[in-house]
Amino acid sequence: MRKQLMKGNEAVVKSAILAGCRGYYGYPITPASEIAETAAEYLPKVGGEFLQAESEVAAINMLYGASSAGVRCMTASSGPGISLMQEGISYMAGAELPCVVAHITRGGPGLGNIASEQGDYHQAVKAGGNGCYKTPVLAPYSVQEMADLTALAFEMADRYRTPVVLLADGFVGQMMEPVEFQEKATVPQTPRWAVTGTAETRGNLITSLHMGSDDLEAHVRHLEANYELAAQNETRAEEWMTEDAEIVLVGYGIVGRILKAVTAEARAAGLRVGLLRPITLFPFPTRNFQRLVSRARVFVVVEMSTGQLVEDVRLALNGARPVEFLGRAGGNVPSHEEVMAFVRELAGRMQPAMTRDEERMAHV
Amino acid sequence: MSSGLIAEYEVVQGKAKSFYDTYERKDELQHQTHYCPGCGHGTIHKMLARAIDELGIQDRTILVSPVGCSVFAYYYFDVGNVQAAHGRAPAVATALKRSRRDSIVVSYQGDGDLSAIGSAEILHAANRGENITVIFVNNAIYSMTGGQFAPTTLLGQKSTTTPLGRSAQHEGYPLHVSELLATLEAPVYIERVALGDNKQIAQAAKAIKRAMENQVKGLGFSLIEVLSPCPTVWKMQPVQAQQWVHDVMEKTFPLGVFKDRTKEAHVWPARDAAPPLETIPEILGVAHEELPEGKAEMRAQVKDVDLHVRVAGFGGQGVLLLGEVLAEAGLDAGLEVSWLPSYGPEMRSGTSNCHVRLSKEPIDSPLVTVPNVLVAMNEPSLRKFDASVKPGGWVIYNGDAFPEDCVREDVHVLALPFTQVANELGDTRAANMVMLGALLEMTGALPQESVDAALKRLVKNPRFVELDERALARGRELYRNSAVR
Repeated sequence: MRKQLMKGNEAVVKSAILAGCRGYYGYPITPASEIAETAAEYLPKVGGEFLQAESEVAAINMLYGASSAGVRCMTASSGPGISLMQEGISYMAGAELPCVVAHITRGGPGLGNIASEQGDYHQAVKAGGNGCYKTPVLAPYSVQEMADLTALAFEMADRYRTPVVLLADGFVGQMMEPVEFQEKATVPQTPRWAVTGTAETRGNLITSLHMGSDDLEAHVRHLEANYELAAQNETRAEEWMTEDAEIVLVGYGIVGRILKAVTAEARAAGLRVGLLRPITLFPFPTRNFQRLVSRARVFVVVEMSTGQLVEDVRLALNGARPVEFLGRAGGNVPSHEEVMAFVRELAGRMQPAMTRDEERMAHV
Repeated sequence: MSSGLIAEYEVVQGKAKSFYDTYERKDELQHQTHYCPGCGHGTIHKMLARAIDELGIQDRTILVSPVGCSVFAYYYFDVGNVQAAHGRAPAVATALKRSRRDSIVVSYQGDGDLSAIGSAEILHAANRGENITVIFVNNAIYSMTGGQFAPTTLLGQKSTTTPLGRSAQHEGYPLHVSELLATLEAPVYIERVALGDNKQIAQAAKAIKRAMENQVKGLGFSLIEVLSPCPTVWKMQPVQAQQWVHDVMEKTFPLGVFKDRTKEAHVWPARDAAPPLETIPEILGVAHEELPEGKAEMRAQVKDVDLHVRVAGFGGQGVLLLGEVLAEAGLDAGLEVSWLPSYGPEMRSGTSNCHVRLSKEPIDSPLVTVPNVLVAMNEPSLRKFDASVKPGGWVIYNGDAFPEDCVREDVHVLALPFTQVANELGDTRAANMVMLGALLEMTGALPQESVDAALKRLVKNPRFVELDERALARGRELYRNSAVR
């Protein structure tokens, strides 16, 4: 099978269309614009709708409309635009409307810069809009995953009736790698709750408004139960060389790639290092961390930010193991060499591992 | 009164079919709306419901309700209902209509919603000529939130946030939405009506029906602005409030048709039929292809490589393309590859660089911080990356002489005036391919057929393919003849 060399941003759109996406409403922004451009080229050819909105605020509310009409739909933006979309994402989460938001991150706060950064983790993972809601967040680290996780994002969006965020740093959006796609295109049936302007859907109502306090509480409990279900069924992470790892490196997106290279080099140098890469940032792969506690002596979180993922890692470990942090921001990338030096220094500081017997004694 | 007598009457004007029989908003209030006595919304709802009935479009209608007093419109209208965020109804309506072209979409909005927070959405929906109907209820105040100033508040009118009355100096003048939107080319029908007396009410009903009819005919964007009483917030009796619409509001907001292009408007085109699903991978250019004959055998013979290449130069020198051809050729040869560009402001400030990796093994990091080959197309790029080159690696430099202070004992250097060579070949722009030729010859990494295949895929103009092929060959030759081998 011939793979194709393609940018991550282009792969997102092709995968989306194969997964039945027929609506794209967006606003240009670096480094996400190729997604809009590719959508503008292909959606009209497949009987879909592409529209460049007057703002990100309008774009996300157009998704609210398209999704209400039962059409699989998506948008893409970067930090400043995603900030403007928070209103609509909150409304869609409240109204249980599925959609996919590709968030190709850049530097912040404010206008920041357009280099690759991971400072929007909290915005994506902790719900940047108002109210008791969350959105599933998928974090691809390769062009192939940009394609695969986009398809998964549409499935999850429909399954749990929620916006799903594809959180990719600018590198993953901009780089080219070989990719292959699902062989067949699909278009799902129009969901029964949609409002399509027909006799069958006449009684349907899309709203996020629940005036009674008991009504609203029941509603947000229902959303919460949905997230719990997603946590049980959808949590994903990649573990590599963690089996006997004493030092577990943790990072997502492009950082996951760097950590893979570091892990390989560390292993070659005789250090017991492994990699745990969260693929779903919400739901968070807490169990993967807890499983590793028995072996691992320290977790090292590496991020292109001043430290956001690291908070979730600490919560997942709940004090069971120390957590070290290495972060770069502003568009700087923690390089392979920088992380390797950090790991070597850490390994040098660590006491020799306890023997099995000592370990057993320690647990008595 | 006997029942026999009632049977003699024929009901000519009952409750519209497009209303629900009961309003299930609150258990104790199934037969009354949440609107205050004397509020204009009830009257306007009735007009809209009647128009839907008369046009026979109840099943097709989708009502988008706003944030404001009419937020609960979905309790009354027995149609498809979507409740939108504050001011965003025109954006929501836009995508509803574009997604379901046979539906009839109504955006029902108040003046705070439409003329303040939603001013961008209404302007652009109108400017695109969306085939929707907008009912714009103007009562010159924010009512739902308790009487704050709106863009439509009259000069001198008191509100809870303009306690001394609106002043032109401080809040500007009342916003004339109908007049403003009528300056746009796309809208088909814009009229301002009022609920000031029975005659005006009759005219308002006609206008609303017309605006709905325009959409049924597919003519495009229609907006009806309705001057409407709000006795509660205005602190007036219902009759007095109606009188105020008639006597005061109308002076600021004159009634009339501001735009009527219904005669010359083109009917919105139907969407092209969607292609069959099985053709979609092909349309996207991602249909699965088998490998051409002999390719597997060729790939098996490709030697073990692990290239970490950094290419850098001025924008316009073809830095990114050089990297792309290398990566594409590597893919053709069955290698694992990655290509990562510098992007953004760097693109515009004149320098450009990219990271390329080729390997038999899966590629961990696509970032090349320690290259084993540096292709420096100019001196600044050499100075930026020279020190990072891995000991034992290569530097291919475009220049007559290698700068003395960049010389390292532990790397190989091929320094030649590649731009001049390209000029001799007939096009300065081919310097990148001459350098790539040298790189390919030096590393022996890829079969020529893969490089040819990559060029054909990436360079669309056959004239340039021919030039690039000559440039690559010249580059190979230069390396073979160089002393550094």
